[in-house]
Amino acid sequence: MKIVREALAGTLESSDLMVRIAPRDGELAIVLQSEVVHQFGAQIEAVARDCLARLGITEALVVIEDKGALDCVVAARVQTAVSRAVDEWTADWSALS
Amino acid sequence: MTAAIRERLVGAPLPQGLEPFAGVTAHAPHLATRESKYGRKLCKSLEDAIRASGLKNGMTISFHHAFREGDKTINHVVDTLAAMGFRDLTLAPSSLLSCNAPLIEHIRSGVIRRIYTSGMRGKLAEAISNGLMEEPINVHSHGGRVHLIDSGELTLDVAFLAVATADEFGNANAISGRSRCGSLGYAMVDAARARKVVLLTEELVPFPNTPASIRQDQVDLVVKVDQIGDPSKISVGAARITSNPRELLIARLAADVMEHAGWFEDGFSLQTGTGGSATATARFIEHRMVKKGIKAAFALGGITGSIVDLHKKGLIGRILDTQSFDAVAARSLAENPEHWEISTNTYANPTSKGACSDRVDMVILSALEIDLGFNVNVITGSDGVMRGASGGHSDVAAGANLPIVVGPLIRSRIPTVVERCTTVVTPGETIGVLVTDHGIAVNPNRPEVADRLKAAGLPVTTIEDLYARAIALTGKPQPIEFLDKVVGIIRYRDGSVIDVVRQVK
Repeated sequence: MKIVREALAGTLESSDLMVRIAPRDGELAIVLQSEVVHQFGAQIEAVARDCLARLGITEALVVIEDKGALDCVVAARVQTAVSRAVDEWTADWSALS
Repeated sequence: MTAAIRERLVGAPLPQGLEPFAGVTAHAPHLATRESKYGRKLCKSLEDAIRASGLKNGMTISFHHAFREGDKTINHVVDTLAAMGFRDLTLAPSSLLSCNAPLIEHIRSGVIRRIYTSGMRGKLAEAISNGLMEEPINVHSHGGRVHLIDSGELTLDVAFLAVATADEFGNANAISGRSRCGSLGYAMVDAARARKVVLLTEELVPFPNTPASIRQDQVDLVVKVDQIGDPSKISVGAARITSNPRELLIARLAADVMEHAGWFEDGFSLQTGTGGSATATARFIEHRMVKKGIKAAFALGGITGSIVDLHKKGLIGRILDTQSFDAVAARSLAENPEHWEISTNTYANPTSKGACSDRVDMVILSALEIDLGFNVNVITGSDGVMRGASGGHSDVAAGANLPIVVGPLIRSRIPTVVERCTTVVTPGETIGVLVTDHGIAVNPNRPEVADRLKAAGLPVTTIEDLYARAIALTGKPQPIEFLDKVVGIIRYRDGSVIDVVRQVK
């Protein structure tokens, strides 16, 4: 799938995260801000990258503002942001979890 | 007249070292005039009081923190000292909070060189964790602070003590007047021990001001100031009442533990500290007491409105109050004859001649982290930055028959149960039970307690199991990176060093 517009998912409540996604040519850039970046920054980025890879997203700018969300929440917000940023959703939801 | 009396000594050689009578006012010059007799302690301004106190560069100044986030005294006095050009002072308040962020500038400029405190929060704590000070701060417990003073390590040169009302002789309390913080338990210690005691009072009242939490024979100087603190902010931060369902669940479980652990008998005693679940536990204990037809002999500690409520209902006989955590507690101290004010020496000093903490049956304590050895951290966050206070935690844990730590298994993504605490404040051997929203763990050194709780059908598991559940939810945190520089020394209540805090990377 291809990111064709800017989209948002999530909130800035504690235990949630805000994911902003936007079109970007030629690279997949992830910018991560997290309250728990020292303890879980690498893990959050790994979950986001895995999630994007499964959706076939190879080009995008993804900005994550994390407030201590668990992995399942990170994945859910990334998937939702992608779903709002593409023209046609072709991924199989049941294969994502 | 003096000369006539002196004649009587003619021909009577005095023993070595005794001096002859030199007049009524020779050693009490204030009796010379009516004005000096009554008003010798009164200062026109804080600056005058500071000059009269004899404070010099390098000395130690002390404060109480009973106004918590509403304190208007510590920053004001240190601002004034800075403007007067003082340097290299040791700051020794009973604790510091987020409202003390303006002190950062005074540390940078060299006005404050060293700090002794029970804790720190906010920007000040962050700055010190990031290496602001050359010398590490000393973090002590409430009882341990008194021990450090009595042992001679910490000499209070000038105590600046905020009080709501005082008379010109220095009889003072904080249960009358406008800005009532309630108990002056911390200030009582400094009033009894500091070399010079300066009262900052919001209101000057006629002599004799009663009750005298701080007495005239302890006070050197009295100065009236516009505002000492904002009592409406006392219950901001740590000392709050929760409506969070998870905290209420934990509080209910904690009340279950209190009911069944073996000390829930007529005449028992309790303390509920700060933190959402801890303060809420008092509410859940009420109907259990009524059902069993028992009353508590006393409640100790930081006192909240929920403890006062039980006292008014006759379920707690006496309240021993070293710090009033909200306006209800402060008012109760004024109104209820069996609500007593006690100093932190009487509260929890391990080397005092009698600490109430040794007489408590059950205490509810909070934790930022608790590890597999039941060691508790209440000072550093999991990112290694200081953001809490030692308080009475280690004091009452050491004295009480059953210390109960309460807390959520995870806070957002941060596990509360960890393999190894970032910082140890309270040694695990003194902790009896851990209550979380995912179950209860009993210290293996208390098998009889575990048996009683299991027999009552409570969800008892092991701390290893709780740790595994936490990690299953959050993932395993990467270890925090620290630099070598020590920014904080954690003193156990007996003055020994139990841990150090290093600068965060």
